[in-house]
Amino acid sequence: MWIFLLFALLLSPFSALGADSKSIPMGYEEARHLLNRTSFAADEDQVREFAGLTREQAVDRLLSSIRTRAQTPPPEWVDEVISLRRIRSMNKEERENLRKQYRRYGIELRAWWYQEMLSTPSPFTEKMTLFWHNHFTSSLQKVKVPQFMYHQNVLLRQYALGNFGEMLHAVSKDPAMIVYLDNVSNRKGQPNENFAREVMELFTLGEGHYTEQDVKEAARAFSGWSLDRETGRFHFYPHLHDEGLKTILGQTGNFDGDAVLDILLSKPQTAEFITTKLWREFVSPTPNPGEVKRIAALFRDSHYDIKTLMRALLTSEDFYAKENRGVLIKSPVEFIVGTLRQFNIQPSDMRPLAFVARQLGQDIFMPPNVKGWLGGESWINSNTLLIRKQLLDRLFRAREMPDESGPILERLAMENSIALQSDSDSKPNSPSDREQRRMIRLQRALNLQFDSDTWCAQFEGDLTEKQNHMTKLLLAIEPLQKPQPTTDCIEFIRQLVLDPVYQLK
Amino acid sequence: MNRRDFLKVLSLTPFISYIPDLSFAITPQANWNNLLVLLELKGGNDGLNTVIPYTDPTYYDLRPRLGITRDKVLQLDEKVGFHPALEALMPLWKNRELAVIQSVGYPEPNLSHFRSIEIWETASNSNQYLSEGWLSRVFTAYPPPKTFAADAIVVGDSDLGPLGGGTARVVVLSNIQRFLTQAKQNGIPNGRPANPALAHILKVEEDIRQAAEGLKTSDTLKTEFPNSPFGNALKTASRVIAGNSGIAVIKVSLDGFDTHSNQFNRQERLLREMAEGLSAFREALMEINRWNSTLIMSYSEFGRRPRENLSTGTDHGTANVHFMLGGRVKGGLYGQIPQLKPLEGDNLRFAIDFRSLYATVIEKWWGLNASPVLGRKFGVLDILKV
Repeated sequence: MWIFLLFALLLSPFSALGADSKSIPMGYEEARHLLNRTSFAADEDQVREFAGLTREQAVDRLLSSIRTRAQTPPPEWVDEVISLRRIRSMNKEERENLRKQYRRYGIELRAWWYQEMLSTPSPFTEKMTLFWHNHFTSSLQKVKVPQFMYHQNVLLRQYALGNFGEMLHAVSKDPAMIVYLDNVSNRKGQPNENFAREVMELFTLGEGHYTEQDVKEAARAFSGWSLDRETGRFHFYPHLHDEGLKTILGQTGNFDGDAVLDILLSKPQTAEFITTKLWREFVSPTPNPGEVKRIAALFRDSHYDIKTLMRALLTSEDFYAKENRGVLIKSPVEFIVGTLRQFNIQPSDMRPLAFVARQLGQDIFMPPNVKGWLGGESWINSNTLLIRKQLLDRLFRAREMPDESGPILERLAMENSIALQSDSDSKPNSPSDREQRRMIRLQRALNLQFDSDTWCAQFEGDLTEKQNHMTKLLLAIEPLQKPQPTTDCIEFIRQLVLDPVYQLK
Repeated sequence: MNRRDFLKVLSLTPFISYIPDLSFAITPQANWNNLLVLLELKGGNDGLNTVIPYTDPTYYDLRPRLGITRDKVLQLDEKVGFHPALEALMPLWKNRELAVIQSVGYPEPNLSHFRSIEIWETASNSNQYLSEGWLSRVFTAYPPPKTFAADAIVVGDSDLGPLGGGTARVVVLSNIQRFLTQAKQNGIPNGRPANPALAHILKVEEDIRQAAEGLKTSDTLKTEFPNSPFGNALKTASRVIAGNSGIAVIKVSLDGFDTHSNQFNRQERLLREMAEGLSAFREALMEINRWNSTLIMSYSEFGRRPRENLSTGTDHGTANVHFMLGGRVKGGLYGQIPQLKPLEGDNLRFAIDFRSLYATVIEKWWGLNASPVLGRKFGVLDILKV
């Protein structure tokens, strides 16, 4: 085994392997590709380790080490009981205080998730959680209660690589979702269609596979699914539920919400819809219809086991195809977390990360609407591209310009004068001076340190070999511009990350 | 054969790529000094509570809790009136600079936010999927002068909407000074794009370079804007316009109109923000002498359901009311008052196709031929003083 591994290591780093992928080690480039797409940034040690495995072994190893719970301890307030009745009866001042408290919670919540994304030994779990956050969307902006958003996040992580059917049922009864898509007030006689529509359009079937009448009938089936006014937990109110016959997608019966979800799960479109979406996230912007059908069938046959789907996707020929390298644009979270993980940079405070990501167009726990972030090319516009490059430029100019070696994200966040809000209805637009000052204080706490000596030392060989190696690790495809010759490691990194290719994965 | 007929013939030929090549012949005709400002009301504004049919008893039957009572309505005529939060727009109305176009929509309406806004943005039929925004297509067919700093600027959020999907030179701005400072430091890579994602990034780089070279702004505006993101976006827009560096379109947006629940306070706040912002914007445009060469037009994915739901909100609907504002707008009511009885299913029928508004902009505001861009002929409204 040792000899075999050694052999693979010696041979594989930069050589293309054309032969039978089933029995031959995947090599450095494919390992880098797999790890980069499934984590935030491929780690050099891990790439070397995976290079000696076949594709199937590598994917199995990846899937076997999946965690389903965050290791970062949550903020202490997450289990506070939410009495909706009490909140409703608050006077103006109490409400204002609660709003401020929740705003602080919202910031702590983001910081908690960033901490987890940065430090978890199971980054694939976080990537998948992020994917589901963008699928089963809910936003603090409307949900308002950060405790609900925390628990939804826990739920999404628990099922991130678990069973999609179970996740769909659980999410549909999740308090954040109940509030976000207004099922909280969906009752017999006057249904609210919001959830019924989006569960078909965005969560399962996709647009065009249901009718307006299906939406209306399904809304009736979800009537009475609401929250307990005292505990804030899911509660079914039988007297608010419409017991009449409903006809949904051609089936008639006295369906309740669970029955509707099962009908949606029985349709092949659901597996294809989810597979297509995961393809766009992990493989390429242009799904291969034949492969989607094949993988969706495996997914459906496995009763919606997400690992089965991901295993098929990540071992497919398309995933490793050369033309699918570097064709996806890093999301703001991938860009930020990926850069920090890639270079072992530990921010002392996670909160400013949320500010910068927001500026780049992705405020976690606050997707812009129920469809989530559009993603892809929309991540990059003249505004966001300049901010991305400015961040990188400063991060890797630290040595040359000592004056600028201070807290980079802090300055960036301040210059762009970002104020994070979690409550749109209460004067979202004029964050108070106090709020502003508080943010500046917390931004001061941040200081990014890149230990370039240690980082650069992990590469062996002469200068050219080292630099070639770094290029292969940091960029998904060849840089657009050949870096200017330099012996300075940090300057070389700076040139690589400022190449447009660094924005790709 | 006049130029318009010639184009019509050309557009039937399979060699679509010839059309842009004609631009040199067409552009001198185009009036690119006429600026279009697009206002997107995101989430689907409730038109029935924006312009209220206050004498229609059915309105109050459908909206027992959300209905705006007659004494609160700001009357526009003997049948309809503004939501009270639109008070700041009343001087424009009285000055006949504000056109209110009722019952705007399209056949076979789609009630999905995302599909419906796509239909609006690409000016497609309900069952037709187009990838390029309608303004992007205008710019492809009739490119604005190369001397312009950019074809279009998006201020506030970064949603390109009708400017997306094509080759239009679009720049997203939140803070002009920051943009110019950062853009100056931005090195431009050259090289051959290998895939669409990379090609997109390089195109953005190029847009930045051109805009940074050409974009000028003015800091001398005296007009005060409301202190809100929308107010700030309009202020940024005004500074760009004042800089006079050549822009054909500016897009701004106001988000939050998806009022499934608790609509009352939310819509009121949004409408107030909109009205006060637009009022300040008009003042600024008059200050820099651009009010007569600017046309502001609103759009939104859909209107909302006439009958309120039990969450004191309204669900997704269809036809809606929209606005055109400007010094050369012939103020007044256009279109048709919403017909609340009978509804079509639960929703309003449309009277004016939204593409008629676009055709009006393309033909009457810019003096171009709308058919090649919109795919067929749509009637234009007599809404602008030429």
